[in-house]
Amino acid sequence: MSGRIVKVSGPLIVAEGMSDANLSDVVRVGPQHLTGEILTMSGDLASIQVYEETSGLGPGAEVETTGYPLSVELGPGLLENIYDGIQRPLEELRRISGHTIQRGVFAPALDREKKWEFKPSVSVGDEVVGGSVIGTVQETTAVLHKIMIPPIFSGTVRSIESGEFTVEDTVCTIELPDGTIREINMIQRWPVRVSRPYIAKFTPSAPLCSGQRVIDTLFPIAKGGTAAVPGPFGSGKTVVQHQLAKWSDVDIVVYIGCGERGNEMTDVLNEFPELKDPRSGESLMKRTVLIANTSDMPVAAREASIYTGITIAEYFRDMGYDVAVIADSTSRWAEALREMSGRLEEMPGEEGYPAYLASRLAQFYERAGCVECLGGDGRRGSLTAIGAVSPPGGDTSEPVSQATMRIVKVFWGLDASLAYARHFPAINWLTSYTLYQDTLKPWYDKNFGPSFLKNRERMMSLLQSEAELQEIVKLVGQDALSQADRLTLETSKMLREDFLQQNAFVDLDSYTSYGKQMDLLALILKYNDLCKDAIDNGTNLDQLTDIPSRERIGRAKMIPPEEYKAAYESIAKDMAREIAEISGGGDEE
Amino acid sequence: MIKEYKTIKEIASPLMVVNNVSGVTYDELAEIMLPDGSVRRCKVLEVEGDKAVVQLFESAAGINLSQSKVRFLGHPLQLAVSPDILGRVFSGMGVPIDGGPEILAQEYNDINGLPMNPAARDYPNEFIQTGISTIDGLNTLVRGQKLPIFSCSGLPHSQLAAQIARQARVLGDDSAKFAVVFAAIGITFEESEYFVQEFRRTGAIDRTVLFINLADNPAIERIATPRMALTAAEYLAFEMDMHVLVILTDITNYAEALREISAAKKEVPGRRGYPGYMYTDLATLYERAGRRVDQPGSITMIPILTMPEDDKTHPIPDLTGYITEGQIILSRDLFRKGVNPPVDVLPSLSRLKDKGIGVGKTREDHANTMNQLFAAYSTGKEAKELATILGESALSPTDLLFAKFADEFEKRYVSQGYDENRSIEETLDLGWQLLSILPRSELKRIKVEFIDKYMPKSE
Repeated sequence: MSGRIVKVSGPLIVAEGMSDANLSDVVRVGPQHLTGEILTMSGDLASIQVYEETSGLGPGAEVETTGYPLSVELGPGLLENIYDGIQRPLEELRRISGHTIQRGVFAPALDREKKWEFKPSVSVGDEVVGGSVIGTVQETTAVLHKIMIPPIFSGTVRSIESGEFTVEDTVCTIELPDGTIREINMIQRWPVRVSRPYIAKFTPSAPLCSGQRVIDTLFPIAKGGTAAVPGPFGSGKTVVQHQLAKWSDVDIVVYIGCGERGNEMTDVLNEFPELKDPRSGESLMKRTVLIANTSDMPVAAREASIYTGITIAEYFRDMGYDVAVIADSTSRWAEALREMSGRLEEMPGEEGYPAYLASRLAQFYERAGCVECLGGDGRRGSLTAIGAVSPPGGDTSEPVSQATMRIVKVFWGLDASLAYARHFPAINWLTSYTLYQDTLKPWYDKNFGPSFLKNRERMMSLLQSEAELQEIVKLVGQDALSQADRLTLETSKMLREDFLQQNAFVDLDSYTSYGKQMDLLALILKYNDLCKDAIDNGTNLDQLTDIPSRERIGRAKMIPPEEYKAAYESIAKDMAREIAEISGGGDEE
Repeated sequence: MIKEYKTIKEIASPLMVVNNVSGVTYDELAEIMLPDGSVRRCKVLEVEGDKAVVQLFESAAGINLSQSKVRFLGHPLQLAVSPDILGRVFSGMGVPIDGGPEILAQEYNDINGLPMNPAARDYPNEFIQTGISTIDGLNTLVRGQKLPIFSCSGLPHSQLAAQIARQARVLGDDSAKFAVVFAAIGITFEESEYFVQEFRRTGAIDRTVLFINLADNPAIERIATPRMALTAAEYLAFEMDMHVLVILTDITNYAEALREISAAKKEVPGRRGYPGYMYTDLATLYERAGRRVDQPGSITMIPILTMPEDDKTHPIPDLTGYITEGQIILSRDLFRKGVNPPVDVLPSLSRLKDKGIGVGKTREDHANTMNQLFAAYSTGKEAKELATILGESALSPTDLLFAKFADEFEKRYVSQGYDENRSIEETLDLGWQLLSILPRSELKRIKVEFIDKYMPKSE
């Protein structure tokens, strides 16, 4: 089944003689066998987007369809790997074609030679359905890879192996209801644009702990939730994304570098193997899959990269794991969509983006969620999707930001002016929001007690009052404020500097456990309460801000996790004493 | 066998349609032979059946439909490279214009290059000392970085770029082979000549490759000029193991040429008429900077662009900022105040600084003092703004100190002139002197042990 090129225009080609091909089929184009995908069909003409540079292609060159839609290979060997947008393994490509990516190079996504130790978990005669776990492979020291029956099959186990196998070896045979025997190996193929099936979806109920104080305490995201991080350049989007990829308490992280800088992916590749997961003590790379389609790589593959990433994530979710997909940046993906749409001469919507931009974005984010997985054993998995948005000029009124904000439940708005003042993470506490506070309330009340949410609310209202007071200060100066209002400013400043600011590049500060966050917040609020009482008793605020404990609170976030409890208690005690001494002195006068 | 076609159907500069062609491929280079014997070059943009749409690299004036001939060369636009390109001057299309001989090519390289495999990149982390405090101390440049200068018309970006080219060196590595590739994209003769004279004055001209497209050269040539320069740079860095500094000026002119061609192609425009693929197009230039695993050479890139209407959110600086690893922003206000170089410290940024500073690279206190200087300057500027509205009396004693700090910082730290070459120790020590203006309790971002060790004693 092959046709011939009649037109080439950048990454878009038109071929004739394609009437036998299906829409969305993957095709091989020209003598170099470049990979492409059919976008539209008209008679026997097919419009094809090619995932590689099309330089040198001309009319007459052959186009062959594979008969399958764009798919990924799923199985042991995904973790610790780095792929391009169409799941070509980049380390392998480097061995084949050197420092640059030559055209037409191909390597299978999963290593065909490597042998994995397969431990069966079913026996002959067992009934299995799609999603049933038939065995496990210890893929990395951190992750147990569950080998599942592909979703479409069910039947009776006729044979099951144990021992060392490559991904292509048959490890199990099942007899289907119609009597045919089906061999099962450790590879599953799945089309990237179709979401993987599950039994049921649930409302997320547990927070994802990222170790980032502003996120966990103020704007938490639930496991299985969706979030967007919009911000102008230089506001620290990528650092926030990297921090989430590093410290989130999930089992698997899929990090998609979509149309971003090459060096950022190199950074992840260099840094993650060195970092230890604070919970398991294992290297972070052992739970990570990287998809890198940097900005200089072909734009059509960038469009595919997001789907490749989320399909891999769904596969791990189906094993019953908590998975996070982090996409940096969805704006570049949308631009790739716009470019292909323009070449197809479609009627443009807003700012040249195709009219289906919003629905495509919604489809992507909707693949997140908490689900009961196939397989009949009731296991649950979650998929959290976090996407960066790069609005032109930082103006979120543009179509990609707007379409994203309509879908996601958490919004971490990055602010350039905070970044200029080197307040990082530059998440603006006044514009950001989370819609999970109600669904997560039972979890917080059960695990941390009711004081946590109360303190959070107090913090929000203090920061809100600060913003209003600042307006007054700008007009009439600080002297016009009452002592109580000045205390609000003082406490808010502490909240900003001593709690919200967090340095990603300092080991002790990069990750803060939920417990420490809670205690640190309580400590600052306690200072506020004590001072308030003292002021009510007639003490001058200036004296209260000079106490030695103030500076100790300022450095409290740097106290190591094993010491913080004792240290915070001692600060609280000293603080109470110092303030009592001052206000006691104030009474005498 | 190369066929010649006399079937030019239409010309609407910079596009031309040729009919009845066969065997023509996308992105192929072609030559147009005019009746008077002159030759112009173009490339294939689209080919449909036997009709090819080509884009001219040069002016379309004088092309005669019936008598001009077109030949397709079977390969994309290439640059002839060899070690002899050092010290030479080329046109924006890669033709020698210094009166010297043609380059005897060691190889012909496609000017579009190939995308670098992210897994084959080596993370840039070698500190480059530029001798400029605002860069070394606060927005540190490292080898293999792409750090643009965002300027405005009338500001001294050329002087700053020349100062960087002149003073840049990697500490403890003086033996390294160093080269400069300079691409003038649509700038005036005087601006270009300033650089040439600078390179000549400092003796750098022998290890410099220049690609010159001046303001009166055809705008469409500008699409090729930076790619020519980067192809030369890649050859020097990755074939000859040199450390190459690439200066591209002015990217704004490049983007304008891109818009011109996009408009001629009747594409759906994106923001402000620039094509929707401008991000990708710019990325294919900027991303060619970097280092590769197991190779000693590097490409460090300093693109210069003038922000139209001093507006940082204009598509050109905006898209550039999303691709490059930071930006140095020049400020008209500082320039008016006589601060030179007028680097606007707060919005400037180097994303790779954290990996290039600290123990063994600069000094242990670098990261801490850098953050403190930024924060203090920001607070100081806010205090000064407040003082202009309410008068100095409205400021608290601490705020007054911050305001004083901000003034001193601009005067002593930022304004160093174009001839002073400060070592990193001098820059760091100067930072400490300025920080000593502030009360110690405000220096929250610095570890106590560093304060004890480095803070100048006030005797």
